[in-house]
Amino acid sequence: MIDVATPALKVSRLHYAYPDGRAALRGVDLTIAPGERVALLGPNGAGKTTLVLHLNGILHGGGGTVEVSGLPVTPADRAAIAEIRRRVGIVFQDPDDQLFMPTVAEDVAFGPANAGVRGQELDDRVDEALAAVGMSEHRDHVPHHLSFGQRRRVAVATVLAMRPEILVLDEPSSNLDPASRRELAEILESLPVTVLMVTHDLPYALELCPRSVILDTGRIVADGDTAALLSDRELMRGHRLELPFGFDPVAAAASRRP
Amino acid sequence: MGAGHAHPLYLDRAGRVHRLAAEVKIVAVLLFTIVVVLTPPTSFWAFLGYFVLLAAVSVAAAIPPLWLLKRATIELPFVLLAVALPFLGHGERVDWLGMSLSIEGLHGAWNIFAKGTLGVLASLMLAATTTMRDLILGLDRLRVPSVFTQIATFMLRYIDVLADDARRMRIARLSRGYDPRFLWQVKAFAVGVGSLFLRSYERGERVYLAMVSRGYTGRLPHVARDRAPAGQWAVSAALPIVSAGIAIAAAVLA
Repeated sequence: MIDVATPALKVSRLHYAYPDGRAALRGVDLTIAPGERVALLGPNGAGKTTLVLHLNGILHGGGGTVEVSGLPVTPADRAAIAEIRRRVGIVFQDPDDQLFMPTVAEDVAFGPANAGVRGQELDDRVDEALAAVGMSEHRDHVPHHLSFGQRRRVAVATVLAMRPEILVLDEPSSNLDPASRRELAEILESLPVTVLMVTHDLPYALELCPRSVILDTGRIVADGDTAALLSDRELMRGHRLELPFGFDPVAAAASRRP
Repeated sequence: MGAGHAHPLYLDRAGRVHRLAAEVKIVAVLLFTIVVVLTPPTSFWAFLGYFVLLAAVSVAAAIPPLWLLKRATIELPFVLLAVALPFLGHGERVDWLGMSLSIEGLHGAWNIFAKGTLGVLASLMLAATTTMRDLILGLDRLRVPSVFTQIATFMLRYIDVLADDARRMRIARLSRGYDPRFLWQVKAFAVGVGSLFLRSYERGERVYLAMVSRGYTGRLPHVARDRAPAGQWAVSAALPIVSAGIAIAAAVLA
């Protein structure tokens, strides 16, 4: 079991430069407690995706450390990195990139099968993950025949099937119609996992994540209560973040669903 | 796996042939085709027997003959070539409706036509009764190298995504007044094909990244290798065995 004191995610002094020498991350520090839901905000090019790809060791080598529930990400150690990739579930932005198997069930089974789960247990995992996102009846469907919102939910299920300790979502609300957006929000709220959500969608961040961090030019420039950050006009404008027209974060937070 | 198939070659029925395992059907069709190809073109009765045999299978599989024949027209371009053979062939000739035809050429044309049609019909029946997915799984169980089945799996998944991409690009071109009528207008199309390739390439990178994030180590996890029951092998063996019987009978009687 995880010790309560162990953070779900601990990033310390993380640096990274692209192969062409351009610095992407300049010393990122971020700690997330188990069960927290945190939004990672920032303008385009701030290094959000680069940071996400460090969390499961796909990018590395720039200095600094990442620990997931106490286990350090060490890209050289294959067994450790397999466990890290089980613990950190990344849902990518385009579900067509994530769903590559011919049927929904096979795709959801891909992750746990890589982790060595077989037979009846594998089937149970698939059923459980699909039930969590309300897609059980589409089990044997072809991903291409699902709507965009359904595909995104299946993409979340493919990661849930690995029973991750932290769920990382890259722009979960992009290209969703308002109904699918709400459905996904309800699903994410019901999941008992730690969530790190990368997004430009500030109302969505406010709805789902009590805490937000702002990443700009490779550094964490703000970290705090989401409503407080969004209400800070100077901070927001300074980092190219804009609320939708007429949106009042304080009023919105007050009218949050019970 | 029956749901959501829009493939034009697949016929969603609950027939007896549909329920057979894919690998069983693949082997039966393959053996049948080999028997057909090995039959000498002059054993006309044998070919008639094969057609009757296939007709019986199509009845068992509940495939409407018209549906099958429409799709068999794919064969026409190849058969058209066979029409030229009697005119161009050498050797002994016969006169028919004022045309001088080579007997050797006639036999050649018949050979292509009969064997081609039988092969196409058998493949169409296989495709009509087996989904693409099951075909790939069947090949996998027949121990076809996994590189091939993996490539086919990805193709099956992304061919529709690609087609959608291409359709959107075409609509965007047309919306800006592109009206391809002459050969020199093909440039925009060619550039479109190029950018489609680049998009697919980039998508490949992103798909790989998403796979690695879920623990991919260069090998797709093996799906359960349930063996097809012996009963199914026995049932489907009827096709090649009966066809071989026909071939032998025709050879003996001749």
